[in-house]
Amino acid sequence: MKRVYVNEKWCLGCHLCEYECAFAATGLSDIVKALKGKPVYPRIRVEEGDGVCFSVNCRHCREPLCVQSCISGALSVGGDGVVRIDREKCVGCLTCVLVCPYGAVMPAPDGHAAMKCQLCTDNACGEPNCVKHCPNNAIVYEERG
Amino acid sequence: MLMREGQFRNPSGCAVTGVIDRSGKPMSGEGMIEAIAVMHDRSNGLGGGFAGYGIYPHYKDYYAFHLFYDKKEAQADAEAFLCRHFEIVYSSEIQTRKLPSVTDEPLIFRYFLAPLPQKLRNSHLDEREYVARCVNRINSETDGAYVFSSGKNMGIFKGVGYPEDIGRFYRLEEYGGYAWTCHGRYPTNTPGWWGGAHPFGLLDFSVVHNGEISSYDANRRYIEMFGYQCNLQTDTEVITYIVDYLVRKRGLTLEETAHVIAASFWSTIAEKGETEREQETLLRRMFPSLLVTGPFSVILGYEGGLMALNDRLKLRSMVCAEKGDLAYISSEESAIRKICPDLDRVWMPAGGEPVIFELYEKGGRAQ
Amino acid sequence: MNMYLYPEYEVVRDESRCISCRVCERQCANLVHSFDAETGKMSADSAKCVNCHRCVCLCPSHALKIVKSDDTYKVNANWDNQTINEVYKQANSGGVLLSSMGNPKPYPVYWDKMLVNASQVTNPPIDPLREPMETQIYLGKRSVTIERDERGKLKDTLAPQLKLRVPVMFSAMSYGSISYNAHEALARAAEELGTFYNTGEGGLHKDFYRYGKNTIVQVASGRFGVFKDYLENAAAIEIKMGQGAKPGIGGHLPGAKITADVSETRMIPQGVDAISPAPHHDIYSIEDLRQLVYSLKEATEYKKPVIVKIAAVHNAAAIASGIARSGADIIAIDGYRGGTGAAPTRIRDHVGIPIELALAQVDQRLRDEGIRDEVSLVVGGSVRSSADVVKAIAMGADACYIGTAALLALGCHLCRSCHEGKCNWGIATQRPDLVKRLNPDLGYKRLVNLVTAWDHEIREMMGGMGINSVEALRGNRLMLRGIGLTDAELRILGIRYAGESM
Repeated sequence: MKRVYVNEKWCLGCHLCEYECAFAATGLSDIVKALKGKPVYPRIRVEEGDGVCFSVNCRHCREPLCVQSCISGALSVGGDGVVRIDREKCVGCLTCVLVCPYGAVMPAPDGHAAMKCQLCTDNACGEPNCVKHCPNNAIVYEERG
Repeated sequence: MLMREGQFRNPSGCAVTGVIDRSGKPMSGEGMIEAIAVMHDRSNGLGGGFAGYGIYPHYKDYYAFHLFYDKKEAQADAEAFLCRHFEIVYSSEIQTRKLPSVTDEPLIFRYFLAPLPQKLRNSHLDEREYVARCVNRINSETDGAYVFSSGKNMGIFKGVGYPEDIGRFYRLEEYGGYAWTCHGRYPTNTPGWWGGAHPFGLLDFSVVHNGEISSYDANRRYIEMFGYQCNLQTDTEVITYIVDYLVRKRGLTLEETAHVIAASFWSTIAEKGETEREQETLLRRMFPSLLVTGPFSVILGYEGGLMALNDRLKLRSMVCAEKGDLAYISSEESAIRKICPDLDRVWMPAGGEPVIFELYEKGGRAQ
Repeated sequence: MNMYLYPEYEVVRDESRCISCRVCERQCANLVHSFDAETGKMSADSAKCVNCHRCVCLCPSHALKIVKSDDTYKVNANWDNQTINEVYKQANSGGVLLSSMGNPKPYPVYWDKMLVNASQVTNPPIDPLREPMETQIYLGKRSVTIERDERGKLKDTLAPQLKLRVPVMFSAMSYGSISYNAHEALARAAEELGTFYNTGEGGLHKDFYRYGKNTIVQVASGRFGVFKDYLENAAAIEIKMGQGAKPGIGGHLPGAKITADVSETRMIPQGVDAISPAPHHDIYSIEDLRQLVYSLKEATEYKKPVIVKIAAVHNAAAIASGIARSGADIIAIDGYRGGTGAAPTRIRDHVGIPIELALAQVDQRLRDEGIRDEVSLVVGGSVRSSADVVKAIAMGADACYIGTAALLALGCHLCRSCHEGKCNWGIATQRPDLVKRLNPDLGYKRLVNLVTAWDHEIREMMGGMGINSVEALRGNRLMLRGIGLTDAELRILGIRYAGESM
């Protein structure tokens, strides 16, 4: 399946991906209206340190620990390989947040559920918005073996 | 005031036709007159002309110069120049027939010339180059005199008017030649100068051309590096000089010359066999500035043959035909059918593909 | 005392749009933007801004713009603000003013005073979508002797030529003045386009030897990076006698840009300004040039064309005539609007002549002397669009060099601060964190796009003229007409005025 990959060689640490991710999740068409004066909750995070930076989001693992550890059956792997979370079923135990080795699952703003990257299949973007707006092609969305 | 040929660039649309008897038998100019008359509507009465080959058998070793004089003084100046450089073997006014449709004719004289041996030796020039330079000098330096034909055993006859009228004016039915070409002109300007009519000639090369070449100034500025002066600013003139340069000065064959002037596209060359591909690539790399673009159909006359050549996109009509020893080239098939209704073969040469008809004695053969 | 100078440009932030994402802050190497954690707001120090537009382009909410400051001294047609400020700067520092990129002064642009012809009625325009249209050319000598083999076939007696699929090459920009990634983008684009890029005088990084078939290496007065492998890994060798942006002086690479890698490639010490001599100290006259041309040909076994590049100066035609007789295969002429990574401002803005005039004169002079076939002519400085290319070729050029246009394709916004080494676009810098901003995967595609687009446009314009090969456009000056030009300008350009018939 196509996944989001990050090449740290080209990541500039500009954090645009975080804002574009948060923007996409709002479902709004105006980034100002969506993010101005509001806390930002991206599903992708830029990790920085020692002159290296790269963004991290859900790897959509083949055998996801988050799915295995979900106590309510809210997390599942779709037929398309995308790991999704069903907010209605999520009880907010946040076990998934603890077990994800990448730190790619996080509590949702309301605190009642977890949230994670669903490759923008859960919004109107159609393709991952972080990829679309990365200014240096550091984040790519492609099929790799 | 209208400007004369040479003071402005003059492209034109036209009719061209040519015939050769490869056995060398002479034919009168009447056939050409009849043929070109069929294509009357391709001319507009502002120029017509003919070139005949093999028409001066008694003087075949001498350069036959045809000159226009605007005034008597020009004749005196030009003849003084000729005397300094040539032995004048014979000279006379060219016999013409007065016609109501042909007016304002200049004085028209003919000279059979041999270069003065001493002058020629001192010039350190090849004989033909010597003659070509003399023609150039008269045309650029002698006001009112114009050499419009300068080959051996051939002659150009041209003027302002419809070509069929010009042919009768010059009494071409009285000449016998193994090959003829003819031109009816449709210039997009309106000059009235006889020297501007076609064919254009240099030594035994004569060119009739229908088209308007878009590469003109690229070709002109290049060829002028080699001593040519494009005084008339016509396509025909520059094409003649290109042929003269490549064939006479650089020693290319006519086919090679055609591959320079109407080079195949690189994509076409890439598909050819190895030898052809290498040769044509080489020619394009050697003489890129002599590629001629834009529409043209050209008949080149030379001693012993005719060559027909279309631009590489074939943007102008041109038909070839054969009947026994006779071979024809024309803008329109109708002109050929008029004088030879029953042809062995008629075909339209592809763009950029030269068709060469030569006397059998020169190695020519039926296509 | 240092005179305070009000910033020339001001950063304007639309507070109603700013989402305080801090991208501007992170992307500005000049430290213009800052975030106030207390207020949660961004602010900008315009004094540090070079107007490179990096922040403007990356701002996700389009909250930023840069405007020309309206602060002004008392208006004076003779002493404009910039002139006064330059006096203050020099009084402050005592130094020569440095600038980058091409001459920005409002001199006439002759490209914009020439119009191109098209066919109507008597001669059909040609449709490049339906008919072949050729923009491929060969560069080099065309003067040949005709020789035949025993079968009567022509022998290849031509000197080595360069084959270009498009009549556009990337002009000399050295590794050092521009980044590794910029070089990689140029090299890869040249390879894909079937044309050439030029190393400038900065040597050739070993990683790029693989693009040798599309590389022109430069031999300049400093001889930086010139050695056997350098010459061998090139398709052609260019002797740089001058540069349009700074005729009469040598190159200048600030020490800050001479990193370990640049130092190794150039074979010069790290961190010290690299100032190449004004002349080649083995070339004080034309006969000396001939010796260098033939030395390079000997060294490469006569397999590579040699280019001699000069700045367009008053006597360009006579100089070119000398070069055409020196054994050189190609002459490159660089106009006074050509770019540079660093030049003294006064020289950049006041020395040299427009490329259009130099080209017109050089081409005509070589034809008058019958030696146009001895060399090909390549012109640059500055060629900004396909229309400029068409006009240059119709004027007599064989091909064009583009430098500034190529850098623009890579992201350059002509802030003209290359000499400071802090290029926010990762082009004119060696700082690793900035260099990585230019991803060559993206950069080379943008270059390929640009030249491909120009090639399409050149074909369209040629087709309109009824010309289907760029060879028939070369020197075809009847296809050009002048507009808004004096008689002297028309005479020098060798063209007629618009409205004058053929």
